[in-house]
Amino acid sequence: MQLQINGRSAFAYTAAHEIDPAQRTIVFVHGAGLDHSWWGLQSRYFGYHGFNVLAVDLPAHGRSEGPPLASVGEMTDWVFAWSEKLKIEKISLVGHSMGSLVALEFAARHPQLAEKIVLIGTAYPMKVSEAFLDAARRNDPSAYDMETIWGHAPQVPFSGNPNPGMWMYGDTLARLSRLAPGVLHADLAACNAYAEGFESAAKLKCPALFILGGRDMMTPPRSAQDLINRIEKSRCVQIASSGHSLMAEAPDATLDALIGFFAD
Amino acid sequence: MAGPKYPGFDTLALHAGQSPDPATGARAVPIYQTTSYVFRDAAHAASLFNMERAGHVYSRISNPTVAVLEERVAALEGGAGAIATASGQAALHLAIATLMDAGSHIVASAALYGGSHNLLGYTLKRFGIETTFVSPRNLEEFRKAIKPNTRLLFGETLGNPGLDVLDIPAVSAIAHAAGLPLLVDATFTTPYLMKPFELGADLLYHSATKFLGGHGVAIGGVLVDAGRFDWEKSGKFPQLTAPYPGFHNMDFEEESGTRAFLLRARREGLRDFGACMAPMTAFQILQGIETLHLRMPRHVESTRKIVAFLSSKSSVEKILYPEIPAHPDHALAKRLLPRGCGAVFSFDLKGGREAGRRFIESLRVFSHLANVGDAKSLVIHPASTTHYRMSDQDLKAAGIGPGTVRLSIGLEDPEDLIQDLDRALAVASKPK
Repeated sequence: MQLQINGRSAFAYTAAHEIDPAQRTIVFVHGAGLDHSWWGLQSRYFGYHGFNVLAVDLPAHGRSEGPPLASVGEMTDWVFAWSEKLKIEKISLVGHSMGSLVALEFAARHPQLAEKIVLIGTAYPMKVSEAFLDAARRNDPSAYDMETIWGHAPQVPFSGNPNPGMWMYGDTLARLSRLAPGVLHADLAACNAYAEGFESAAKLKCPALFILGGRDMMTPPRSAQDLINRIEKSRCVQIASSGHSLMAEAPDATLDALIGFFAD
Repeated sequence: MAGPKYPGFDTLALHAGQSPDPATGARAVPIYQTTSYVFRDAAHAASLFNMERAGHVYSRISNPTVAVLEERVAALEGGAGAIATASGQAALHLAIATLMDAGSHIVASAALYGGSHNLLGYTLKRFGIETTFVSPRNLEEFRKAIKPNTRLLFGETLGNPGLDVLDIPAVSAIAHAAGLPLLVDATFTTPYLMKPFELGADLLYHSATKFLGGHGVAIGGVLVDAGRFDWEKSGKFPQLTAPYPGFHNMDFEEESGTRAFLLRARREGLRDFGACMAPMTAFQILQGIETLHLRMPRHVESTRKIVAFLSSKSSVEKILYPEIPAHPDHALAKRLLPRGCGAVFSFDLKGGREAGRRFIESLRVFSHLANVGDAKSLVIHPASTTHYRMSDQDLKAAGIGPGTVRLSIGLEDPEDLIQDLDRALAVASKPK
């Protein structure tokens, strides 16, 4: 689905379904440098099982026009614009990494809209190393290497991909290589600068699910614990073998956690 | 802070795509000799069919042993993913059938393996796909041959049999300027000698029968996608960017982005054409890949010794090996193939066809057969075998003469190979 938001073309994958006002809606928000296709299996499942699905491409990602947005707050406003355009009254958000901060912020700013949120591969604060930020600022290919290697569990190059025939490192690098200069840095800087996490957590009214990877090198489970502790209606699923790219590394376990959370 | 490092080539050759078998702890890649896979329940079955869950359904589409090979080759090439096929020719056909319909056009190097030349020049023509063959050394010919219905540029990393070095950076730039992908046959170079994706190619394939396997016991192919070509932006590939009634009205690019080409190739190409790889074959090719980084340097080292020997013989008229300064692509080879130009090359004997026949029949260590890239040294006379369907004009365009002999240098003691060649050359040059 293509819409105009703030005068620019914006895209969301809908699993080939029209938005049905009678159905619940889940918005999937990707992480830094990625796009809607990173939710392929999970978004498709919900789209074919009675939910409206909007797996968005944030500006300057995938099929959405740039420039990139500079802060988690701006990304949250941009997602809110989708709900206004489509006149959706209740929304659940599933966010990965940077997208999880958008989900958190959305639920805090729009408690009347937010039904449930899921934070996958998250941490607060989501600090990004200076080396990573600097490489991304210079549009140096090493930034893509850092995202690729740190974005997966250490055993990924020495184990099979659940998606037959796909090389997880190569697929990630291919996606990142399509980004315009400056986009990855804008995303990482937005994560690094986000400072409203605890304040937003205190405002949450809706249930929150955390899905964390036991071998996540970017956002290790311990770095989400303070946030989890501050959200009253939270639960946590830890997938021991997965790194940061839970949707690809552990697609079934991630999907099963989502199915359980949205079942009630 | 130092950045993270990828595992090295040698490590990936042994480990990529496989961890010890979770069911048994087996360290070697198990041969999953099964056609099909039991569903957990009806919902699981439906989810697999509708691509909501990853996994295997039927071994024509995917198989756990074959998947290890696919992932390993993709890792060695730096691709997003791969599909293993019944042969190298099946890989070429799968690439073309995924990207184009009747009415499409290909621009291909004229220096191709005879089987590929047949497929493009004759067989696909019957199905409405035309090919214009151009000199791999004339970049302007590639550019000029592109038509509105062109959908692919194609060549071999090292052309068969004259070892024309494809200028991948330049040809890929021509392709990309026209919104087209470049496909290369990387069989002769293997990822050990060249990484075509780093040079600009978008798709590549191997006849895994050759150096990847290296043992001459299994026929197979692998098609690899870099995942970097933007099909949507090109606007020339509705096969990947428009809803397809043949598969749930799926828009493959919208659905999967970087995986669009491989998704359609697997879900349509393997489903409908069915040229899949058997698990036993994948296992055998994997055994070869585990030593690719050890074998290729030895292949190249022995080839250099033999090229030097042949260069010293007055009965040899010409040697077509890019490491020789007289080869037209010598400078290009130094730039694109710093680790060596492989282990397959041709030379012309003085005395033409008859001298070629006597030479081949006098060899004892070299085997006279139609293959290359084996651990054993091989020899063939292209004009009467691999390229026999080509006209004299096409033969000349491909750099093949009546006395051209092609060698594939194996892993035997190079001194034994030189002795064998020396004896055969003496017989070939004796007056009748």
